[in-house]
Amino acid sequence: MNDSNFLDVSENINNQITNNDVVLFMKGTPVFPMCGFSAATVQILTNLGVKFSSVNVLENDEMREGIKKFSDWPTIPQLYIKKEFIGGCDIIKEMFESGELLELLSTKGIEVNPS
Amino acid sequence: MAMEKELIKKFIKDFIPDANVVIEDLRGDGDHYSATVISKSFLGKTKIEQHKMVYESLQGKVGRELHALMLKTRSE
Repeated sequence: MNDSNFLDVSENINNQITNNDVVLFMKGTPVFPMCGFSAATVQILTNLGVKFSSVNVLENDEMREGIKKFSDWPTIPQLYIKKEFIGGCDIIKEMFESGELLELLSTKGIEVNPS
Repeated sequence: MAMEKELIKKFIKDFIPDANVVIEDLRGDGDHYSATVISKSFLGKTKIEQHKMVYESLQGKVGRELHALMLKTRSE
């Protein structure tokens, strides 16, 4: 990816995470996840009753590579809350199990509705 | 392209020498692993920083040759 492409993708990512409180960069969509790790992360957010927007990186190769560079993180999914990178599937899972994720969402003023 | 379990362990230990590393081949296909890495060098670091250290040790292989690596890190 050249620098000018990365600038475009970065701007796109910045818009996504600025305009939405919770954004999941994932493979596939929440209804049809295309990878087990993405599916597991969607499941957690759904369990917590969090409204989130998602970006399907499989639709766009530049986004797929760009988000890795943007976050300096080599894998997908990636979760952003209020513009902050929170982690990938393993970290989200750990934070969910320990209750930290719920706490973080509440601290950031995000509406949750755990089932 | 898959990666050998022992090779993954070696990469991590070369980079984090005190690490206690346990690798499991989750499906026996040489492509889906879980790694538990315990090292004092994680003390005071966030989970993101800890995971980044392990990713760094694998020199860009995670998300490429190493398709799936479930990762758990802790300092003790």
